[in-house]
Amino acid sequence: MELFRSTILVCGGTGCSSSGSMKLYERFEELLASNGLDKEVKLVRTGCFGLCAAGPVVIIYPEGAFYSHVKLEDIDEIVSEHLIKGRVVTRLLYKDEAKSQELKPLDEINFYQKQKRVVLRNCGVIDPENIDEYIAFDGYKALAKVLTEMTREQVQQEILASGLRGRGGAGFPTGLKWKFAMGSTGKKYVCCNADEGDPGAFMDRSVLEGDPHAVLEAMAIAGYCIGSDEGYIYVRAEYPIAVKRLEIAIAQAREYGLLGEHIFGTDFNFDIHIRLGAGAFVCGEETALMNSIEGKRGEPRPRPPFPAVKGLFQKPSILNNVETYANIAQIILKGADWFKSMGTEKSTGTKIFALGGKINNSGLVEIPMGTTLREIIYDIGGGCPNGKAFKAVQTGGPSGGCLPASMLDTPIDYDNLIAAGSMMGSGGMIVMDEDNCMVDIARFFLDFTVDESCGKCTPCRVGTRRMLDILNRICDGKGEDGDIERLEDLAQSIKASALCGLGQTAPNPVLSTIKQFRNEYEAHIYEKRCPAGVCKNLMRYVIDPEKCKGCTLCARNCPVGCISGTVKQPHTIDQSKCIKCGTCMEKCKFGAISKK
Amino acid sequence: MKSIADLEKIRQATLSKVNLRRESEGTRIVVGMATCGIAAGARPVMNAFVDEVAKRNLMDVTVAQTGCIGMCRYEPIVEILAPGKEKVTYVHVKPEMVPRIVNDHVVNGNPVVEYTISNAE
Ligand SMILES: Cc1cc2nc3c(=O)[nH]c(=O)nc-3n(C[C@H](O)[C@H](O)[C@H](O)COP(=O)(O)O)c2cc1C
Ligand code: SF4
Ligand code: SF4
Ligand code: SF4
Ligand code: FES
Repeated sequence: MELFRSTILVCGGTGCSSSGSMKLYERFEELLASNGLDKEVKLVRTGCFGLCAAGPVVIIYPEGAFYSHVKLEDIDEIVSEHLIKGRVVTRLLYKDEAKSQELKPLDEINFYQKQKRVVLRNCGVIDPENIDEYIAFDGYKALAKVLTEMTREQVQQEILASGLRGRGGAGFPTGLKWKFAMGSTGKKYVCCNADEGDPGAFMDRSVLEGDPHAVLEAMAIAGYCIGSDEGYIYVRAEYPIAVKRLEIAIAQAREYGLLGEHIFGTDFNFDIHIRLGAGAFVCGEETALMNSIEGKRGEPRPRPPFPAVKGLFQKPSILNNVETYANIAQIILKGADWFKSMGTEKSTGTKIFALGGKINNSGLVEIPMGTTLREIIYDIGGGCPNGKAFKAVQTGGPSGGCLPASMLDTPIDYDNLIAAGSMMGSGGMIVMDEDNCMVDIARFFLDFTVDESCGKCTPCRVGTRRMLDILNRICDGKGEDGDIERLEDLAQSIKASALCGLGQTAPNPVLSTIKQFRNEYEAHIYEKRCPAGVCKNLMRYVIDPEKCKGCTLCARNCPVGCISGTVKQPHTIDQSKCIKCGTCMEKCKFGAISKK
Repeated sequence: MKSIADLEKIRQATLSKVNLRRESEGTRIVVGMATCGIAAGARPVMNAFVDEVAKRNLMDVTVAQTGCIGMCRYEPIVEILAPGKEKVTYVHVKPEMVPRIVNDHVVNGNPVVEYTISNAE
């Protein structure tokens, strides 16, 4: 049997792949071979480690050395120093570690300390293209257990007792969803939602890229529980790595007989197909997703009937999110009580967030439910870059809302976030600092929903458009008294009458910013001022004559030539011509130019 | 694959290969692999440990390398760190010595005193 003394894990997640990790992988391969190390050192391409901001990431075990921002030129040094001589290359260690100049175990790096990697336990550890490695870490054991030791009812009760709630956004109890689909007999379907359309979200993609078998195993377990022999995974076509790994995983599972007929020698049969989504946000909605799998237009259908009664191809079906599924096998193996020991009373387990925006450590974080926003943003995320002040955090994507600094100590769970005027959503978390304008943020999300509305029902198609028009006006400095109330009225009627979740939640970003940052709206409307200096029509660049030394640098760099003045005399900007490009402020060495 | 036993077989076979990617609680065998160690023949020693651990299917044992331990004249140096026990340092280790170190010390918990640094000094 082969055994390796060291393992090099090269992150093959999307973040690191786009910063060139495949090239690093190839260079390692070359050097291991030419140094005769290929029998001693194993090279593995893994899924996302979560610290994409530090990418490309390479981890070498057994030392657990975490190398960040690795460049192609660095590989020679890593091989000759670390692998041949056994000296960790401190210069390349992740900065949190490098400070102490010595190696810290991975779980002592601040970024990982407060995290609890349950769903992501295999991501960055196993080779996602090798089913044996999944099996080595207890893969498919849960499927074996349910098929040979548990009744369908026991499976359903275990999942219900665990308190697991859907990670796709709404937080519906998974055990209950399965129960509704168990009753009837005949053909049924198990579907997996891997559409992940929220801007900035990439949790599901990372699970699929890093641990695809976890989803396949869970779907088979769900199939056994509800009495289905066929599953569909609906995945975005824009996720080519995830799609490829899923295809490989399905082929390997079939080859081992873990998908197919008579699984583990029982009467249970189950197989899974992949359907590629075209990337419309509304196709993530359950009924639209089913229409799309059937080859119809991806439009929501009215409910009832609910999918548990008439779902895919008019048959009873369940649909769960990727991350929801990725919890299932562990609940079966370790039990509902273990799962409930993490998180809060009503929101058990962990949740993955894609942390982005104005934050030092952007990346994927998995935390127990009940962790506070402050812990995520400061302890894990390292706060806002460049010493800027934190202003708000947006969760729930286009369906969610913004929470201000006063809510930083809110423990994160489904119910708290809703009470605070936002929602869990699928797990996008965008941090904003003092330079972000909240009206502009609301406009950004509404612009997204207006674009993505399928147009089937009027409140959503016309109503969101009208809200966007008002926001555009406010940002252009043409806001009128009564606009805030008009936005609120429109929002209420859209929420009440839109056909699907997209429309029903589209006004949330606007409502929550009005609630938390009403003063910013008022400054735009009544004072024609954008406090953050983002809305171009509401701000001016001005030169402070006291500070201006008359060096002429700004005038020489202004693209429209609207700065005038003589050498050594204070300069002035012609506001009627200025296009607000900001170049002058960047160039001035004396800090004489400011935004007002 | 027809049974849980088949699954278990694959699990066992693969586990030892991937196990070192987890920070393990068990015994660590650390081989000094700086230039001095390599020149003194540390590489075959390291490989002998890897082979021996594999042959015996020892799950909780990791073989790791480290840089210069600072006692170049004793190279190849191997340190064995078992949980809750004091570190034992072997010096002038040769591949032939490895099976006995693994058998007596790593598996049965009795350091091979005649190979250790205290004996050399
Ligand atoms: C407009 C819209 C988009 C959605 N997009 C997604 C998505 O990308 N991924 C997802 O899992 N759920 C999405 N959902 C939620 C699904 O409709 C559904 O509730 C979820 O997949 C159920 O799985 P869960 O119970 O495991 O969360 C979306 C809902 C709406 C209304
Ligand atoms: S609410 Fe919007 S997205 Fe949903 S069905 Fe109506 S128009 Fe389409
Ligand atoms: S660059 Fe600054 S100091 Fe120089 S002329 Fe412009 S405003 Fe004055
Ligand atoms: S903001 Fe741009 S256009 Fe306006 S004065 Fe400065 S350099 Fe010129
Ligand atoms: S993609 Fe490499 S750490 Fe996220």
